[in-house]
Amino acid sequence: MKEELKVKKIKDGTVIDHIKAGLGKKVLDILGIGDGFSNTTALLMNVPSEKIGRKDIVKIENKTLKKEEVDKIALIAPNATWNVIKDFKVVRKSRIEIPDMLEGILKCPNPKCITNSNEPIKPNFIIEEKEPVRLRCNYCERLFDLKDVL
Amino acid sequence: MSLKGRDIISIRDLKKDEVELILDSAEKMESYARGEKVLKLMEGKILGTLFFEPSTRTRLSFTAAMQRLGGQVMGFSGTSVTSIAKGENLTDTIRTVERYCDIIVIRHPLEGSARLAAEVSSKPVINAGDGANQHPTQTLLDLYTIKKVKGRIKGLNIALLGDLKYARTMRSLACALAMFDADLTLISPRGLEMTSDILSEIENNYGKKPFQTNDIDAGLRKADVIYICRIQKERFEDKYEAEKMQKAFRITPEVLSQCKDEVAILHPLPKVTEIDPRVDEMKCAKYFDQTFYGVPVRMALLALISGVM
Repeated sequence: MKEELKVKKIKDGTVIDHIKAGLGKKVLDILGIGDGFSNTTALLMNVPSEKIGRKDIVKIENKTLKKEEVDKIALIAPNATWNVIKDFKVVRKSRIEIPDMLEGILKCPNPKCITNSNEPIKPNFIIEEKEPVRLRCNYCERLFDLKDVL
Repeated sequence: MSLKGRDIISIRDLKKDEVELILDSAEKMESYARGEKVLKLMEGKILGTLFFEPSTRTRLSFTAAMQRLGGQVMGFSGTSVTSIAKGENLTDTIRTVERYCDIIVIRHPLEGSARLAAEVSSKPVINAGDGANQHPTQTLLDLYTIKKVKGRIKGLNIALLGDLKYARTMRSLACALAMFDADLTLISPRGLEMTSDILSEIENNYGKKPFQTNDIDAGLRKADVIYICRIQKERFEDKYEAEKMQKAFRITPEVLSQCKDEVAILHPLPKVTEIDPRVDEMKCAKYFDQTFYGVPVRMALLALISGVM
């Protein structure tokens, strides 16, 4: 018998699927979903998956993702899929891929970097290595592991 | 190939043939840099030198370079007499200064400041040191000095000695020397070794694996060039340990007696105690020549960027 998901479908919004089990909570953190966020949101953890064994799924009603949000999710959950739902149907499905560059979404952890001063600039990083992710700040040129910038 | 209009922010931005162009052009500038001939290549042009931090050699050699090219220089050293003291940010300072000059040279304590200046400015920007990050013209003059003193860079055994972890000079130079196919020996006290990101950059980009050691004698024996920099006491928690390391990694005539006869000693200066003053008089001491070579290299760079060469 096919196993039924215990969470109902959403009418409009976003589903992020195929997140490696255990990382769904981090995806919510990256999207800033927590106290004060009023949209209906579901986090399914350890869902059996043919492709990756166990996976997490995030469903958020009435929210579309911005490019920078997708790029940020890609850092911790590469290979996840991003579904745009309209009127209960998937109208767009794409794989989340690690971009070559990240602009304006992460803060440089180097306190001496010019991006942490009072200048009107957005930090940006070049992704030098994708597995594991290592990023170089385009300004101070320091190389960071992912854990340093998240 | 042309460098006209280019910003010089990081040695990482320059390809090998562009570095070669700068070094070859510097050679042509030498007699003018010595004042033996007069040039008016940059007549009517103004160089803006914005030194938010103190400097002797870099600022004065940029000034000398521009004046030897027939151009003029304006700028400041220290921020107490500028609007920065009133809280003006770097972006606004650059937007102002770019309207007064043709090329901007900047030294600033924050890392990435020169990159920001280049993004804001419509005039070319040269990084003269952004905190602990980059100082590309120092690296260029170091390469030029080695080429002048030894006739080549390729295949030389070059020992980098001192604080290889924090010194920006060493980090940039190591990559540039690997680009020119030198064999690197890295000698440092324990805990101040070259960081793994630079070692990976050297290996991945140039296929080079430097020899690393904490033993000064073993490291220097085969060296054709010794490039030494200061080991700062602040890097050690224990003052006694710091002094011990400063003594152990000092260049003296006795240490040099174990080295090749034709070894050359370079240092970015200022030096404090890391070179015995007796070494200054020896023929291997090339660090004051090195400071002179900053002038033709910077002349070449200014002329190439302006498109007059």
